[in-house]
Amino acid sequence: MTPLLQVEGVTRRYGARIGCEDVGFALWPGEVMGIVGESGSGKSTLLGCLSGHLAPDAGRVLYDAGSGGGAQDVTAMPEAARRRLLRTDWAFVHQNPRDGLRMNVSAGGNVGERLMAVGARNYGAIRARAEDWLGRVEIDTARIDDRPSAFSGGMQQRLQIARNLVSGPRLVFMDEPTGGLDVSVQARLLDLLRGLVRDMGLSAVIVTHDLAVVRLLADRLMVMKGGQVVETGLTDQVLDDPQHAYSQLLVSSVLQV
Amino acid sequence: MYVAVKGGARAIENAHAWLAEERRGDPGVAELSVAQIRGQLTLAVDRVMAEGSLYDPDLAALAIKQARGDLIEAIFLIRAYRTTLPRFGAAYPVDTGAMACDRRISATFKDLPGGQVLGPTFDYTHRLLDFKLAAEGETPPAARAEPDPAAMPRVTEFLNQEGLIQGEAHIDTSPPDLTREPLEFPACRALRQQALTRGDEGFVLGMAYSTQRGYGRNHPFVGELRVGTCSVEMEIPELGFAIEIGEVELTECETVNQFAGSKTEAAQFTRGYGLVFGHGERKAISMALVDRALRWRELGEDDSGAPAQDEEFVLQHADNIQATGFLEHIKLPHYVDFQSEVELVRKLRAAVREAPDD
Amino acid sequence: MTDDLREYNFAYLDEETKRMIRRALLKALAIPGYQVPFASREMPMPYGWGTGGVQVTAACLVPEDRLKVIDQGADDTTNAVSIRSFFARTAGVATTERAAEATLIQTRHRIPETPLREGQILVYQVPIPEPLRFLEPRETETRRMHALEDYGLMHVKLYEDIARHGAISTAYAYPVKVAGRYVMDPSPIPKFDNPKLESAAIQLFGAGREQRIYAVPPYTQVVSLDFEDHPFEASKPDHPCALCGATDSYLDEVITDDAGARMFVCSDTDYCATRQAGGAA
Repeated sequence: MTPLLQVEGVTRRYGARIGCEDVGFALWPGEVMGIVGESGSGKSTLLGCLSGHLAPDAGRVLYDAGSGGGAQDVTAMPEAARRRLLRTDWAFVHQNPRDGLRMNVSAGGNVGERLMAVGARNYGAIRARAEDWLGRVEIDTARIDDRPSAFSGGMQQRLQIARNLVSGPRLVFMDEPTGGLDVSVQARLLDLLRGLVRDMGLSAVIVTHDLAVVRLLADRLMVMKGGQVVETGLTDQVLDDPQHAYSQLLVSSVLQV
Repeated sequence: MYVAVKGGARAIENAHAWLAEERRGDPGVAELSVAQIRGQLTLAVDRVMAEGSLYDPDLAALAIKQARGDLIEAIFLIRAYRTTLPRFGAAYPVDTGAMACDRRISATFKDLPGGQVLGPTFDYTHRLLDFKLAAEGETPPAARAEPDPAAMPRVTEFLNQEGLIQGEAHIDTSPPDLTREPLEFPACRALRQQALTRGDEGFVLGMAYSTQRGYGRNHPFVGELRVGTCSVEMEIPELGFAIEIGEVELTECETVNQFAGSKTEAAQFTRGYGLVFGHGERKAISMALVDRALRWRELGEDDSGAPAQDEEFVLQHADNIQATGFLEHIKLPHYVDFQSEVELVRKLRAAVREAPDD
Repeated sequence: MTDDLREYNFAYLDEETKRMIRRALLKALAIPGYQVPFASREMPMPYGWGTGGVQVTAACLVPEDRLKVIDQGADDTTNAVSIRSFFARTAGVATTERAAEATLIQTRHRIPETPLREGQILVYQVPIPEPLRFLEPRETETRRMHALEDYGLMHVKLYEDIARHGAISTAYAYPVKVAGRYVMDPSPIPKFDNPKLESAAIQLFGAGREQRIYAVPPYTQVVSLDFEDHPFEASKPDHPCALCGATDSYLDEVITDDAGARMFVCSDTDYCATRQAGGAA
């Protein structure tokens, strides 16, 4: 088996300031990697570089589409190929659902967009898929023609997840997927995400400052500080027995879950 | 029996004749001469030249007469005429530092070499209707002084000597020409300024005003505003050297704006620049503010989402000839499109009527 | 603007400008449906009144041409009259109202009912050339979408129409895909005319204010966007023409009295007149 994603020496600077520096790891099929750190630690910059939203100054992000063509460096891909990847094999869940949804398009249109982008041309079939996915993320299918602006924050986030997963991606990037939601809503969303990840055998990279999220979802963990990875390991291992002083601080600063 | 409407050609001819009559007005009142417009409505002439992108006061005055005083219509006439003119070559950039100034003020220094020269300005007039003008009395001559032979260096040059203000990048390549090449984005600063200098005065003013009210605020001071004449020089290939081919009146505004800098880069003021044909202070200042607002990317500022920072928004909508044409074209018949919409609405309504009640 | 026009070059524009436009036209024909930027000139008629079409026509006209100009399908609407007389004066070309006799037809909002043949040129006046414009206002973004063939959003719009109205609610300027590649705005023709976009004639589209030229070469595939289960339909009022009896032509609805009585007549005046003269009905 080869890694789905092989990250090597990814570095991104903002002028003299370091965004992230010399980050490398491998993500295996079906694996969920959590990246934790406080704000400014470089985790969101790293996620941007991995997902093709930001161009790294150095390093490679090799993705193996599993089509037999071997791994390809995403950072060196032509834009057309990268966009195709972003709307088929990959998905990106933004912290703020407004960034990931079309707010003036109905829930059904939002979910159907990725299908239409890759050539689906049967209205009834697209609608049926959208209904199925609304059900899977626990949104009443009667609301298929409502716009997301009429949805609660938790529903918007679940809609964003449906919109991303409808195309059956292999790799999902998530940026603080539960940020900005009430605690009770967070729990329900985490439950849902865990179920989907397990059922679909998804690989994912999740950036969060919330250790409860990674405890529940991530197989492995990277702790970042000042743009660098200071500790990496199995989630339980890192959370229960942190080695680096910063990891210890991070773990002790929150209630255990 | 229904007969379709005919006679469009006749209707147009008659409309033109009527229009000509309306333009002339009461034949009992003396006709306005082009020379009078040129000599007495100079600011209107200047605006038509600036936004028409053609420096010719006589033609601009003629256009104003023909357009019945509708300046946008006059600008349109000038633009359409300009299209047909052959291009013999390009002049050297005019040296506005060597301008023979009628007016030159700075808001950033109390006094400066060359002095503050108020010139012919409305600024400190009291806006009271002058009923004496209705009586068409002669105006007494204004006091005169000898021209000051001393140079009038640009205010921003003083700041530049200290390194207090960012220098302007020197570019060796010829700037693109908005009137000869399609506008494509992102546009370089030269192209943006071309669009602004021929842009609608009201639009550019509104954009500039919005930056002052916080939509893309950049803290401008009028470093210098100067109005006067500059000589235009052009190299004649047959001669192999440059000769002066004429003079143009220009208004130039340089603003001193919010400084940029960081821990590693020393703080410096930045600039906005406005230049228009003729005496057009409002336009030149507005242009400088909008020019500065559009520079946010190169200066490493945040995009606050303000309209004046949005290059596509500003440049695509600044041209009043494009705007007025497209706006007014909805007067043209659209009954084919409308008919197809009527059909669709009827069909959708019928579908709702026929739908079984839930 | 009467006899002064004789002072100008053949068909008003100078030869340099025409050459620039012809280059854009050739590029447009080589890449069907692709919008070629061109340095549109200011014309003596307002932007939005056909300046793009006029420039394309000016660049194509030769002295032997026979020109027809229609607006809403009719030769005698004011803007058609104005543009026809402009070229009659500046180019001195012959004019005609017969689609079959014309070598070049400039149109606004219609395609003639009479099928066009090889050797004819149809020039469209285009207000907004960008089919994605009302989905995405930014030119930099729409150009990227075309370049990457990223057209999902276009179908999202059609999906939304059906979800809301039960049918695709675009009645004119109905988007098409040309030669399997570029999504194109056919200009605000009624969707009834869309099937005629596959033609033996050369079709050229000029957008003056937006500085774009595009083209559909003869015998090029033009597909109106739709869904398999909501197929495109070239609809028209379900009446015969009250004047010539045609059942296959696009109709204008005319209100004939104060009581709101109405009748339907051919929008293509040449087609209607020819049928009436031929005694058809």
